[in-house]
Amino acid sequence: MSRIVRVAAGQGFWGDWLDAPRRQVEGGPVDYLMLDYLAEVTMSILQKQKERDPRMGYARDFVGAMESVMTAVADRGVKVIANAGGVNPPACAEAVREVARARGVADRVRIGVVTGDDLLPRLDELLARGHPLANMDTGEPLGSVRDRVLSANAYIGSTPIVEALARGANVVVTGRSTDTALTMAPLRHEFGWGASDWNRLAAGIIAGHIIECGAQCSGGNCLYDWRDIPDLANVGYPIVEGSADGTFVVTKHPGTGGRVSVHTVAEQLVYEMGDPRSYITPDVIADFTTIRIEDVGQDRVRVFGIEGRAPTDKLKVSIAYRAGFKAVGTLVYSWPDALDKAKLADRVLRERMDRMGLRFDEILTEFVGASATHGPLAGTPGDLPEVQLRVGVRGQDRASVERFTRELAPLVLNGPPSVTGFAGGRPKVEEVVAYWPALVDKSVVTTKVEVLA
Amino acid sequence: MKVRLLDIAHARSGDKGDTANVGVIAVRPEWYPVIDRALTKERVAAHFRGVITGEVERFTLPNLAALNFLLHGALGGGGTLSLKTDAQGKVFSTAMLRMVIDVPDDEAMRLQLPAAP
Repeated sequence: MSRIVRVAAGQGFWGDWLDAPRRQVEGGPVDYLMLDYLAEVTMSILQKQKERDPRMGYARDFVGAMESVMTAVADRGVKVIANAGGVNPPACAEAVREVARARGVADRVRIGVVTGDDLLPRLDELLARGHPLANMDTGEPLGSVRDRVLSANAYIGSTPIVEALARGANVVVTGRSTDTALTMAPLRHEFGWGASDWNRLAAGIIAGHIIECGAQCSGGNCLYDWRDIPDLANVGYPIVEGSADGTFVVTKHPGTGGRVSVHTVAEQLVYEMGDPRSYITPDVIADFTTIRIEDVGQDRVRVFGIEGRAPTDKLKVSIAYRAGFKAVGTLVYSWPDALDKAKLADRVLRERMDRMGLRFDEILTEFVGASATHGPLAGTPGDLPEVQLRVGVRGQDRASVERFTRELAPLVLNGPPSVTGFAGGRPKVEEVVAYWPALVDKSVVTTKVEVLA
Repeated sequence: MKVRLLDIAHARSGDKGDTANVGVIAVRPEWYPVIDRALTKERVAAHFRGVITGEVERFTLPNLAALNFLLHGALGGGGTLSLKTDAQGKVFSTAMLRMVIDVPDDEAMRLQLPAAP
């Protein structure tokens, strides 16, 4: 039988199930544990934390995850790859080193640290050298929000992770690596795939796409047959069993809940998909129209046939900038005529704010229970038992948003009747940190790998 | 015969900026031609009229018995700018599956499609 490399997903986003990493290393054999912590706006949150304390700026949950799997890493040779480094991979690595020291296993933990994705300190230099970093969606040049930029990170690929593994790292911590590279890199490393082995690299990327959202491919959030997906309380997170030829099987540990089938895998494959022929990554462009999937046993799906082609000469850059303030508040109106009461309350609220001269970039009212998620597609409801009035405002002036948050509670006594559900107090004013996707020439981004002995 | 899309397909949706993507997958591979024919770009745009402000793009994945739609201007600005409950477009999937389609009786019989109640 040909050699299998097992890559297990233990975290689909920052905030995912804390037990999952430990369950993945204890539930059966795995070679690599892959932990994805970064979403589009996560980097800006981490940047704010780093500004307050230069030792912060990484996903703190990762330290707890490492505590829970350290025995497997030190004693059983499980390797960990995570983009938990955020905007401060060296500090993240140091925190992991502390865990290893406290456990007395520091001599058996070699931490690879990948840096070079952080472009914030280089932004003005890049703009001056003629890289416009224009918004990919709107075409606007970055200059228009430059003074409000909080973070800027290039999405980097598998190569620095492969290098760290080749130099003996058994824990690899990166910043803004692509989610998919975290899975593809160990397969590329183990099987020695070349940097232009497009079909196999694409297969590794698609393996990554399938498991990067954790249990979302193994029964979680699965619409098909959802009532009969077994034992979600004990859901098994996914594992890729990779082979040298680029084919792989998606599965989960025996005795866990959830399900791995062509239906659960297909739902994850189409998640956040754009043009399926061109799934662009720094390493390769994967063609989702070549993917073949088949059930090959209980909770086992074989994936094969994948083709890829050479990538572009650009990297995507994730930029976050301050974009004003927002707040969202709710009240619940009860039967009879719950929807009409909520609508009247909304009119009263808007008229009062208008008379006060409060101006916002946007005011959005939703009637949760009637039309908040499907809008007019939901049709005309009957006399609903209750409706939640949900009003949000967004604007540049913090004081105006603050004033809005004080206008909801009075409605309980001076607005329409049958209202409740205000126990949570005033809504919180949040700063809006918006996302600015851009492209930059690959040649200007240099990644660096350090392996801490 | 009237057939509910909900009964012959499943779906998942997500976001990219202010665009929602909706992947629609035929429950059985032999039902793919039915959804491929019924879910034209125009039909989907008409379905989401008043819900989205931009264009609809359509892609086919016959290998997965799936279609992928990009619904532009769907998320009230998208990401953190959006004030919507569904700022990440997570339930555009089931909004799509509200569609009811017409299938010729003989084809519906041959493919054993469940009739809309």
